[in-house]
Amino acid sequence: MPQQTITLEVFRYRPDEEEQSTFQSYDVPYHEHWVVLDALNWIKDNVDGTLSYRWSCRMGVCGSCGMMLNGDPKLSCAVFLKDYFPRAIRVEPLANFPVERDLVINMDGFMEKLKTVKPWIIRDDVDPTDEEYLQTPSQLTAFKQFSMCINCMLCYSACPELDGDPEFIGPAALALAHRYNLDSRDQGTAERQDILGSEEGVWGCAFVGECTEVCPKNVDPAGAIQQAKVAATKAWYKHILMPWGKR
Amino acid sequence: MRKPLVRPYPRDWFLRTHAYRLFMLRELTSVCLAGYLVFLLWWLYQLGKGDTESFQSMLSLAKHPVSIGLHTIALIAAAWHSITWFNLTPLVMPMRIGEDKVPNIVIAIATGFGPWLVVSGSTLWATLR
Repeated sequence: MPQQTITLEVFRYRPDEEEQSTFQSYDVPYHEHWVVLDALNWIKDNVDGTLSYRWSCRMGVCGSCGMMLNGDPKLSCAVFLKDYFPRAIRVEPLANFPVERDLVINMDGFMEKLKTVKPWIIRDDVDPTDEEYLQTPSQLTAFKQFSMCINCMLCYSACPELDGDPEFIGPAALALAHRYNLDSRDQGTAERQDILGSEEGVWGCAFVGECTEVCPKNVDPAGAIQQAKVAATKAWYKHILMPWGKR
Repeated sequence: MRKPLVRPYPRDWFLRTHAYRLFMLRELTSVCLAGYLVFLLWWLYQLGKGDTESFQSMLSLAKHPVSIGLHTIALIAAAWHSITWFNLTPLVMPMRIGEDKVPNIVIAIATGFGPWLVVSGSTLWATLR
């Protein structure tokens, strides 16, 4: 029996050669146990070494190989060819990001947004390295889900808000901010409040909820953002009712 | 050479997935609710006039088939909006007892469906008795 094949229509953009992007079709040997990333690696090894894309761990941990597969943001290491076969698979770079080359996106904007929410433990103590901060299992449970993010950016591609407002901080960064606000060891809620409670922060979210649907790590960024909205509202009322109180 | 390419987001994004379509449907229900509010305000205005003629014209308008149809649509829209919103409550207000998560359905009933049934039931009872 001849080898079965599956067609990959791959987004190509070579900034040194062309102004616009194109699609290139490749026929790839079909194997039931191959994921889409295996097919891309086969193309790069056997057909076209210039095809550019990011990948690393092949096991859904590094968050590098996010792509749009037939329009849906997915980790290409976690989706099997058999999920599409015999249909063709259209492979595009993640939506809502500028494209550097082929399937490689530019994440600079996200990195800047991430910094603004201060995703680290903030303490009032002079020397936070002096002692360890104890935490009970239930205190850990309060934020653990939101700490599982691998920065794969699928949620940013699924979020239509970012199209209308590119300044919107976005699901992953806001979920991470909420994760630190929920951490019993952290004292930085007030420091994050201005950016979190702004129009670019949680209020930029209309609760479409697709970020949670596409998250490969079940982080539930949409839930985190709504919870942060409740927290921001409470903080605002508290500030109005008790302007002399600590924020 | 770096020359990042910016691509437009698909204009028809809200038709792409089932979740997007449901979201848009929920958002659109607010149009029906706004329409119903306008009707209610007009009715209050008429009622404020205090004369029998205005009251009779209000009643005959309310009994018109078009009015009944629009009211039915507004009712369905409001119910759809409420049900989907109550179902989302556990995401917005998760609760834990110690390390155990309170089941989503319990939160949805306690914060949404339960009070909704009580208030609607009481209103129905007060209207029909």
